[in-house]
Amino acid sequence: MFRYTVRRLLQGIITVWFIATATFVAMHSVPGDPLIQNKAVTAQIRKNLEIKYGLDKPITQQYLIYMGNMLKGDFGISFTQQNRSVNDIIVKHFPVSATLGILAIAFAAIGGILWGALTALYRNRLPDIVIMFLVILGISVPSFVFAALGQLALVHLNALAGHTLLPVAGWGTVSHMFVPSIVLGLGTMAFLTRLMRSSMLEIVNADYVRTAKAKGLPITRIFLKHELRNAVLPVITVLGPAIAAITTGGFVVELVFAIPGLGRYFVQAVQQLDYTVIMGTTVFYGAFLVLMVIIVDLVYGLVDPRVRLE
Amino acid sequence: MSDVITDSGDSFTRTAGRQLALLALFGILAFIALAMLLGWLSKLTSGGSSLAEAVDPLTGTITLAMASEPPQLDSTRATDQVSGFVLGHVMESLLRRGPGTKLLPGVAERWEITEQGATFWLRADARWSDGKPVTAHDFVFAWRKIVDPANASEYAFFLYPVKNGEAINRGELPIESLGVRAVDDRTLAVDFERPTPYFEKLVVYATYGPVREDFYEAQNGRYGADADTLLYNGPFRISKWVHGAHLRFEKNPYYWDADRIKLNVIDMPYVTNDANAVLNLYKDGKIATAPLSAETLNDALEHRWKINRFNDGGVFYNEFNHRPGRVTANLNLRRALALVSDPGELVYKVMKVPGNLPGVSLFPEWLPGVHGLFRQEYPAEPMRVDVAEARRYLELAKRELGVETIPPLILLTGDDPLSSSQAEYFQNVFKRTLGLDVKIDKQIFKQRLAKMTAGEFDLVAAGWGPDYDDPLTFGDLFSSWNKNNRGMYSNPELDSYVRIAQSSLDPKTRMDAFGAIQKIIHDDVVIIPSYERGVVYVRNPRLNGIQRRVVGADPDYINAYIEGSR
Repeated sequence: MFRYTVRRLLQGIITVWFIATATFVAMHSVPGDPLIQNKAVTAQIRKNLEIKYGLDKPITQQYLIYMGNMLKGDFGISFTQQNRSVNDIIVKHFPVSATLGILAIAFAAIGGILWGALTALYRNRLPDIVIMFLVILGISVPSFVFAALGQLALVHLNALAGHTLLPVAGWGTVSHMFVPSIVLGLGTMAFLTRLMRSSMLEIVNADYVRTAKAKGLPITRIFLKHELRNAVLPVITVLGPAIAAITTGGFVVELVFAIPGLGRYFVQAVQQLDYTVIMGTTVFYGAFLVLMVIIVDLVYGLVDPRVRLE
Repeated sequence: MSDVITDSGDSFTRTAGRQLALLALFGILAFIALAMLLGWLSKLTSGGSSLAEAVDPLTGTITLAMASEPPQLDSTRATDQVSGFVLGHVMESLLRRGPGTKLLPGVAERWEITEQGATFWLRADARWSDGKPVTAHDFVFAWRKIVDPANASEYAFFLYPVKNGEAINRGELPIESLGVRAVDDRTLAVDFERPTPYFEKLVVYATYGPVREDFYEAQNGRYGADADTLLYNGPFRISKWVHGAHLRFEKNPYYWDADRIKLNVIDMPYVTNDANAVLNLYKDGKIATAPLSAETLNDALEHRWKINRFNDGGVFYNEFNHRPGRVTANLNLRRALALVSDPGELVYKVMKVPGNLPGVSLFPEWLPGVHGLFRQEYPAEPMRVDVAEARRYLELAKRELGVETIPPLILLTGDDPLSSSQAEYFQNVFKRTLGLDVKIDKQIFKQRLAKMTAGEFDLVAAGWGPDYDDPLTFGDLFSSWNKNNRGMYSNPELDSYVRIAQSSLDPKTRMDAFGAIQKIIHDDVVIIPSYERGVVYVRNPRLNGIQRRVVGADPDYINAYIEGSR
């Protein structure tokens, strides 16, 4: 277990280094100029800016300097928010994205497992048909549509109530969190429902379930211990990448609900060619994704005794 | 037998279903508990949005949404509009803006401008938000900082009228040689590099504002990065700044004219540029004003809200690539394209947002002239549509270029829906009337700028917003040495008029020069004017006294007040 963990972490570090290098190369090959502004500046002002950001040095030297600083945990200063370090941006805004992401994934996992089990239980009957129709809707409708609809629903709800039941946008209190996290988690929930349903259906016909039934075990025990627990394994497998996808993919939801998450900085940095923020957020998210996958693999070993981590 | 199985299957489903319901209840409780825990945690870390109403007459608070947050608030380096908006409320320069374009005494209570320089006498009661007086030394420090090459300020050119400003910025002279000195704590003396009769229009900007040396040095390079790393001398001070989330202005008790300020708090707990989200907040009664886009306009009209309009001073046009070798370097081709472009149709049928004015000139309507408005004193030649004449010019152009057909024209534009619809309009018009093919090249902002600078276009959808309220802010755009002249138009005659406008001290001579420039730009078809931008917005009827500005902090809430409070 220990050796496995160390090995996976080492592989992870190489992956992150590769991500950083690939991003650095891609970023510098994109046409455009990070220092260009709507209003042109004189050659002198331009030169002063290049010196300040180290862009006057050859590209290989820039790469070495950047990697050196990154090893020390310093992602540099943002090009657009000239007084803020990228570290500061990540430290201030990632917790917000993470909060939203954790809630969304909790909602998606709880909902997905329950709905999935329910549809399997009522296979081909009315609840199954209705829920599976909604699932297809949930998978195919993009999150920005849900976000806009969710917000509109809130406006009408508050108008109906005559006062603010749940805030339309903003961040900071529990009441701000519910709707955005549900909106963000809907797509994943739909996906997990389908996964859970097919996994349940497979297990219902498994030999050990039939044996348990034949032995006359209590129904609750068969259902919870033999069916649900085994059916949930594939769901846990996809949870790792899903956490990373939700935490990094909240950009649209963050924008619509005016949530100060990292997603906004991540996307805007690319549009504005903010080199240091692009590098910092990409490397950070890359490391986060790698870490999540490792953690899920470890958890998998705990949940499923058949998996040996060696 | 089969009956028995179905029966046991049903009872299994029922029992398991009950288990599932129990689990669901447990799951919901767990979700809420998790949300409460996270809510409590994030409250500890960030403080979060308030749930305040749009206007609160009891506390004198108004709540607004910001499209984006200021990148930073060091006035010596700030260049963008959001920073300008914030600094305009929390800082005060030597002069301040009154109603319209009128200039009023700010930190300076009186001033004198001569050909060689200027003198400002500072008021005794101007104070920083820590209670210490604002002195002439604070201006000297800030101005030196702006031209200091190590500070890499993009607005350094703003200080070039001050003696040695440009040379210092080039690193040729020490920063102490800048032509500004504190004669005593309350007298600031300025020497000019060249006569600058419009100097009072410059010192009203936040860029020319004061920065206190001891405070600046104590921040270790983080001056203006957070609410507590900045010192304020304006009507408001920033009491809270949660990055990306929340900005809060409170009335500054140390402001010398604090009695004039009626609002106690301007709270901005929302940062988003999503037009629908902003309108939803307005509908929910959470914010006092909301800008409208083409999509949200109908929604606002259905509510029968009063729609406010305002021309923000920007001019938009299709700029030609005048580089030799480009087909658009041919005057007759440009004439043909201009003669089929109809700004009226563009504004009223394509853009459809009220407030935009069809373009006629590089110089927008609001610019001041000798006595009144420039465009009234020097009317622009109206835009004419004449397809037959356009076709004749096109034939001439083909003959001069020696081609059978004009190769497809590249129209460079932005990647937003508004730019796309405009580009498609021109593509359609040029094809329909002249049979010309247009390739639309959509690029994100920085890449569009890079392509403009490199000259990779035939036409580009461009625009210009004023830096100051003098026709020169538009007038020198197409001088051959201007770096913003990305189509590389070059005309010695136009250049000579720009030089006159830059150096002459006589208003009539200057305006005559701008009139001549306006004519050259029309006759030589340097650009095809598209529109003068208008913005439309809704406003809580109880909030009054907002001043919209073409230059300077916009919108200006300094003198705003809530109806029915106090």
